Amino acid sequence: MPERSFFSSPARMAKSSGEARIFHHSFPATPIAVRDALRAALARFVRVMSEEEAGTLELILAEILNNVVEHSYGEAEEGSITLSIVRDAQGLSCSVSDDGIALPMACLNTGEPESLTRPDPAALPEGGFGWFLIRDLATELGYRREGERNLLAFRLPLAPLEDRKAG
Amino acid sequence: MNLSAEHREGVLVVHLAEPRLDAAIAIRFKERMREIADQPGTRVLIEMSKVEFLDSSGLGAVVAVMKSLAPDRQLELCALTPNVEKVFRLTRMDSVLSLHPDLETALGKGRKYA
Repeated sequence: MPERSFFSSPARMAKSSGEARIFHHSFPATPIAVRDALRAALARFVRVMSEEEAGTLELILAEILNNVVEHSYGEAEEGSITLSIVRDAQGLSCSVSDDGIALPMACLNTGEPESLTRPDPAALPEGGFGWFLIRDLATELGYRREGERNLLAFRLPLAPLEDRKAG
Repeated sequence: MNLSAEHREGVLVVHLAEPRLDAAIAIRFKERMREIADQPGTRVLIEMSKVEFLDSSGLGAVVAVMKSLAPDRQLELCALTPNVEKVFRLTRMDSVLSLHPDLETALGKGRKYA
């Protein structure tokens, strides 16, 4: 009987959803590895997000990770990125770390009005959209240089699952 | 790169059948569009119904193609999926590019205003 109660205990039942709360993945800083990491991260949380929330998460992460590949490591052939995502009651808490060069502080101009930080469409810009999109879509965006390491973190609020079912 | 072109009612219609237009394929996309744009057609229309994801590199590539066609030829897009449309809207690039809900509307508009 003790065995049976073990297998049907609430703690045991909760294990599968507990596993889905945390995503942790280290991968090489290459465009293809970034694609794979995005796919894996999205697959892990797809059941707790609307299609729009999933699209937003993928876009923020793609911009951050591609920036690491292109600018943080740049010409360096080797480097790795660590992506961690934790789900709590309000949404997702995401962090990205790498060992590349420091992030220019101008990228994080979160206090500036949008009109000053968004590339001017009339100038037909081919770049500069990445950090604008990150600042626009992510909340509580923060950055810290820790020794030789970059740590970037942000949150993505998610609508409660119950609301979505009702709606 | 899964990209094909056809002529429809004087419009060079490009079907971009890639699920993603992102940093990994942005440069190849620009190169393929340059080859395709050798064909005649004042209006170049990219049909994007298969593209589910566009990032800033993909957006930059679209703008680069638009600039390479100007001033004689115009780049238009149609059938954008919601996540792709959102990137154009957030960056306000929908104000400088012609976006159409679907292929028929895009071709019909050309007839109407021709």
